[in-house]
Amino acid sequence: MTTERSVELTPVSQPATTPSQTVGPFFALPGGLPWPDGPDLLPPHAPDAVMLRGRLSDGAGEPVPDGLIEIWQSDERGRFAHPDDPREQATDFRGFGRCATGPDGEFWFRTVKPAPLPTPAGATEAPHINVTVLARGLLDRVVTRIYFPDDPMANATDPVLSAVDPARRDTLVATATADGFRFDIRLQGDDETIFFAV
Amino acid sequence: MSTDSIGNPSDRLILPQYERDDASHPALDTPEYFSTSQRSPLRPLQLLPQNLTEITGPVLGHERVGETDHDLTVQHEGEPLGERIVVSGRVVDSDGKPVPHTLVEVWQANASGRYRHAGDRHPAPLDPNFSGVGRCMTDENGHYRFVTIKPGAYPWRNHDNAWRPAHIHFSLFGRAFTQRLVTQMYFPGDPLFYQDPIFQSVRDPKARERMICEFDLDSTIPEWALAYHFDIVLRGSHATPFEAEEDDDDD
Repeated sequence: MTTERSVELTPVSQPATTPSQTVGPFFALPGGLPWPDGPDLLPPHAPDAVMLRGRLSDGAGEPVPDGLIEIWQSDERGRFAHPDDPREQATDFRGFGRCATGPDGEFWFRTVKPAPLPTPAGATEAPHINVTVLARGLLDRVVTRIYFPDDPMANATDPVLSAVDPARRDTLVATATADGFRFDIRLQGDDETIFFAV
Repeated sequence: MSTDSIGNPSDRLILPQYERDDASHPALDTPEYFSTSQRSPLRPLQLLPQNLTEITGPVLGHERVGETDHDLTVQHEGEPLGERIVVSGRVVDSDGKPVPHTLVEVWQANASGRYRHAGDRHPAPLDPNFSGVGRCMTDENGHYRFVTIKPGAYPWRNHDNAWRPAHIHFSLFGRAFTQRLVTQMYFPGDPLFYQDPIFQSVRDPKARERMICEFDLDSTIPEWALAYHFDIVLRGSHATPFEAEEDDDDD
């Protein structure tokens, strides 16, 4: 994979990780990766629920009906239920969602809108959701981020969003809908979504 | 924004940083694997700094694992056809540290090379006693163990007379978003490796070897099952020199 900018970390040792391979077309076996509660991150009557919907499409603009979308995000106060979050925290929000795309390439999640986050450099990241896309034809996962259209000020100073090509920045910002947000993912083409090397 | 939602700005946030290992992983754009042609992004990837969202990740526990999920041979009335095998190993990071209490998911074809999936048109028999899905958690030392049957090779339409080498799909979360890994485990000495563009998409031969399990005599069950050993290496994290001072940051 190539990166546009490179920030070199001093290697401690030569890493030798297990290589990635494609998730293939058959991950949705009965009882397999698409968990029954995968797309729904919330209890039934959660007051702040938003619907996040989108469509995964390929370089020809055709829907990708055999993809798997995963999301990872903070709760609405910016907290992660994770031991490496060094801040004072208390959340039982799962933060993780997983949805197989349908025949029309569509996916959905029922979640909450996350909150701004501090960075080690002293900046503030605008509310965002990290996304992993897995599919036949992708030899490694691809990663993108969802930002929100109702945070123009926070988005303008977000260190990640402000570093990407302005002409393509909109591919990372969801659009508002009646009950939440829409975020389409285009794997390839003129309007290709911005993807990240993590 | 209230300081409450982002924390006290005067507190220095010290986060682990996970090493990249691009040389071990396939290029997204691998023309020999035909499905990449319309699906692999063609623009350069942007580097994402590793901040809070990246160094955390889903903590998925035992609630995700059913009683028979680790043994794919006992999930139905009868026993599946095929060669019983034990697949076990360790999940570690590239610094050699075990990855404890993390979810491992597997899925695979049956002994005749057929997946229990509507999209699989290979005219080989389904096995009513085999679903091909397993889950388990690593223990405190990163060990995991499955019992299953050896999957068969199967044809696909990538190129003329194309066959996938026998493999088991693995999905791992590790501890952080940066460590997420989906891969395939292959079997030693498979004669189909040379013509498989998915296996060959990993260009470094040493890295390819890390996708091949080893025969594991010690884990065999005499008069019952053969065994294979497969260690999985996720990205390691740099220790930061400030880590020991973390306690001082507490109010």
